[in-house]
Amino acid sequence: MNPIQRAVSLVCAACALAAFGVHAQSSTEQEIEKYRQQVGEENPAELWEMRGEALWKQPRGPKHASLEQCDIGLGPGVVKGAYTVLPKYFADTGKVQDLESRLVTCMETLQGLTREEATKNHFGSGPKRSPMEALVAYITSESRGIPMHVSVSRPEEKEAYEIGKKMFFYRAGPHDFACATCHGHPNLRIRLQDLPNLTDPKDAQRAYTTWPGYRVSQGEVRTMQHRLNDCYRQQRFPEPGYASDAVTALTMYLAVNANGGKYNGPAVKR
Amino acid sequence: MNNHKLRIAALAAGTALVVAGCAALTSSHDAERDAVALMKKDFHSRGQATLDRLDQDEVQKACTRYAETGKLPEGEAQHLQQAQLATVKYPADGDYLGDWKAGEKIAQTGKGKQWNEKPTAKAGGNCYACHQLAKHELSYGTIGPSLYHFGRTRGYGVDMQKYVYAKVYNPQAFTACSSMPRFGYHGILTEQQIKDVVALLLDPKSPVNQ
Ligand code: HEC
Ligand code: HEC
Repeated sequence: MNPIQRAVSLVCAACALAAFGVHAQSSTEQEIEKYRQQVGEENPAELWEMRGEALWKQPRGPKHASLEQCDIGLGPGVVKGAYTVLPKYFADTGKVQDLESRLVTCMETLQGLTREEATKNHFGSGPKRSPMEALVAYITSESRGIPMHVSVSRPEEKEAYEIGKKMFFYRAGPHDFACATCHGHPNLRIRLQDLPNLTDPKDAQRAYTTWPGYRVSQGEVRTMQHRLNDCYRQQRFPEPGYASDAVTALTMYLAVNANGGKYNGPAVKR
Repeated sequence: MNNHKLRIAALAAGTALVVAGCAALTSSHDAERDAVALMKKDFHSRGQATLDRLDQDEVQKACTRYAETGKLPEGEAQHLQQAQLATVKYPADGDYLGDWKAGEKIAQTGKGKQWNEKPTAKAGGNCYACHQLAKHELSYGTIGPSLYHFGRTRGYGVDMQKYVYAKVYNPQAFTACSSMPRFGYHGILTEQQIKDVVALLLDPKSPVNQ
């Protein structure tokens, strides 16, 4: 089998598993373990990684340029390890940016796309595939095995971290929830889903370094933006803007808490 | 655009204070103000989840303020609980016990108030997300304590019924900064629905008490 065929057959195995449903008795870890045994060491996210690499190199937009000269943290064109330093302050925009926010910037500056064009279809579904999810899968995969080392040495970075921390503990809405309600205490579950305590380095490392993830329940690779969006929905908050400064600040808080953890995504998630 | 520049300026000012080694309290206060401003700039209404949901009431404010450090000071907690107890609207008919079968359904569903749902759709209580209740339901969460055998161990009397009604209506009336949603206060559950979950906990025939 060529890589594409192999990846397609893996995706189908995942669909079958999702359709099969899960036993009420099994915890999240057990579900994922069972799934891993079915697909072996393979990960359907590979399909997204391959598509993302092609997109990275493909000339697009009015300027007919690829993204290969994009600076995503370690200088123009450097992909290897770049994800482990994000979010980070970028002098050209004067902003702290995460990977998705940075990709939008490069699509605007290098390729000449508008922000609307760049962020259209940011969460793909089925045949309406997302270029973002593929690009992020590719770029993050190039950081596998490298420890997270996000810096807060610049005042802008420290400020983003502090704001993100406040957002994490901010209780509001009709359910009085904050992120901390579900992710601020050790060893909690919602139903059978284990909830990482994202204020604890060990849990934060395990959670952060495994996103983006191929979500078995959705048959898609989802990014951290998508995970946070879905948690905000459950939190009964209004919707955060895609690749916005607010999401970047919150991501900064999560990333710094995960510092030292070896990056291991895109992973397989329930 | 202007807003954005202002915010950057505010950030820079806040930063200068930190760099100058000002009291931690000041920078924390600034970060909180900046966080709220940033959320209001970058979040948008979607369906029933409107932007004004970011505005906090007294309880949410107080509980956010102390979330990082732990507990509310004792006096403030007492005060908050008293004020919240006063918000509880008890049933006019004085009857707290509904139908445990309906209560079990309410405990099972977590629907309601999310941006992808119809605002008119009846919400659930999602009690199983956080609590063990009936023994046969193995898929339960652990954010709250187990409520299995609640009536059997705590008693079935009318005082206990009244307590559970008020607790579900407004948990903050008894435990300041509880993680449990204020189901009655926020209008998530109706009076009848709250009676039904009271029955789930306190009807001797309910599976919770088997
Ligand atoms: C009402 C509960 C709830 C709230 C509030 C909530 N989350 Fe979650 N979160 C979950 C659940 C459930 C999962 C999925 C766990 C699983 O699939 O095993 C999850 C997963 C996550 C993950 C991925 C963890 C992993 O190991 O894969 C991250 C990161 C996360 N949440 C961050 C946040 C942040 C940040 C906020 C606040 C904006 C938040 N959550 C608010 C319930 C919540
Ligand atoms: C998001 C989590 C969450 C949800 C959902 C939730 N609870 Fe709770 N509940 C808690 C927590 C945490 C406590 C312990 C702190 C407290 O007493 O407020 C608690 C406490 C209680 C208590 C007090 C127990 C005692 O010993 O007096 C009762 C009764 C209760 N919950 C019933 C319910 C019912 C009924 C529902 C559904 C309609 C529900 N809860 C939904 C988190 C939750």
